Amino acid sequence: MRDTPLSLAERIGWGALGLAALLGTWTLLTSSGLVPRPFLPSPGDVLGRMIELMSAPFAGATLPQHLASSFQRYAYGVLLAALIGVPLGLLMGWFRWLDDIVTPLFDALRFIAPIAWVPFAALWFGTGIGGPVLIIFAGAFPPCLINAYRGARFVEPRLIEAARMLGTGNLRTILEILLPAATPSIVAGLRVAAGLGWQSLVGAELIVAAAGVGFMMVQAQANVATPTVMAGMVAIGIVGMLIDIALRQGEAWLRRRRGLEA
Amino acid sequence: MGSIRFDKVDKVFGPRTGGVKALDSIDLEIAEKEFVAIVGPSGCGKTTCLRMVAGFEAPSAGVVSVNGKPVTAPGPDRAVVFQQFALFPWKTVRENIDLGLRNKGLAKPERDERIAGALKLMNLESHADAFPHQLSGGMQQRVAIARAYVLDPEVLLMDEPFGALDAQTRVVMQEELVRLARVNPRTVLFITHAVEEAVYLADRVAVMTRRPGRIKEILDIRSVREAENWDRHQKIEDVMDLESFVHLRTHIWKSLREEKGAHGV
Repeated sequence: MRDTPLSLAERIGWGALGLAALLGTWTLLTSSGLVPRPFLPSPGDVLGRMIELMSAPFAGATLPQHLASSFQRYAYGVLLAALIGVPLGLLMGWFRWLDDIVTPLFDALRFIAPIAWVPFAALWFGTGIGGPVLIIFAGAFPPCLINAYRGARFVEPRLIEAARMLGTGNLRTILEILLPAATPSIVAGLRVAAGLGWQSLVGAELIVAAAGVGFMMVQAQANVATPTVMAGMVAIGIVGMLIDIALRQGEAWLRRRRGLEA
Repeated sequence: MGSIRFDKVDKVFGPRTGGVKALDSIDLEIAEKEFVAIVGPSGCGKTTCLRMVAGFEAPSAGVVSVNGKPVTAPGPDRAVVFQQFALFPWKTVRENIDLGLRNKGLAKPERDERIAGALKLMNLESHADAFPHQLSGGMQQRVAIARAYVLDPEVLLMDEPFGALDAQTRVVMQEELVRLARVNPRTVLFITHAVEEAVYLADRVAVMTRRPGRIKEILDIRSVREAENWDRHQKIEDVMDLESFVHLRTHIWKSLREEKGAHGV
């Protein structure tokens, strides 16, 4: 079944069918009165609320303002994770001793969910920008490090040998051989990191006192404003999807440029 | 400069897990600017010999030395041409050739000059800015040879360099290598399982036994080539037709067939 490729129209068609089925079931559940409204707002309520939130502030800001605030935190967190994780992963892939030092620590720490850092993030870095960024960082860091490390570790041995017989030093080998060889793996890691970082957002914004989608949702939850909570969820889903699409395009562009596929 | 010496060299793989003896007491001396080919059945350890000169592997016993000094690590004085080319896919032809020169710390004008020379030597001038994947296998191997030659190495190590090429390309490359060896002689250690190739290219051919590999015999090709004046022929097929060539080839062939036993080719 998997081997017959679908045309673009077919793929869009099936995708639309899935979405329609979800929305249909959802509408049916809410409009039939089977589920009470405050329990599960209808798609119409959510859409209406989203449109309202475009201009009407809730918890001090409109939805676009909350999103912008969230996105800023998110970008700092993911960027920081990439800037530390990728170089560290490459160095671990080249220097055995560094691998031996970092791997045991990392293997223990990475199983701690980002949200578990919430109390300490607030305590150590405050509830302004530092704390939430740390939580997003905690979500985005592991795939940055792991993928850079794996990419560097599994470079074709012949290429390393070629570099060594050409007299290439450590720094140049890391920058000109390991980094480009590991790039597909690193980019895949960044995509996962971007996703996990965005997922950590609500947790990160539990401790935020000013703005952000997560903050908006926490405030709405306290007021039992379920359509607003769900509007936030939908917004997070859509923005997350857009981030992934953008990164996938970037990844495909990179692969084409490298001649890895037509 | 550029002599190679194997002195009672053994190689055992996986010594802690019982071990497989790959090489048994290899003794071989290669003089400066001499072209020596090693032929042997697959798995006899001929590539391991080359990898020890390159510094990629260490002998389990005995010494491998270049210019009288034991080999301890890879280095640009011993350039390697790999069977699978091992070009850096993200670097252009020029950048691939340039890396070794940059590592030497040479200034840009000198590097450019030497790259231009290497490109011309290997007929690659029009492909300087291409990426490896845009080139045919034969062209890629030219780049790999240019990358090695440009370093002006004392020793050139070639590990079945034409093994991955099609038959026609292989012949062209063999002729080119002979031309190159005349213009710019180097000490060459050449690994192959193609007997004709070895006889055509080398000054001497060392025949190895099957595992554990030992040197079975060493044939002096050069004296025959000079006595019979093979070089008057431009084309490889004309040389291969000569009685003296056929005689040597058949001798090596029989010697190898004994090694392969009943499963001989």
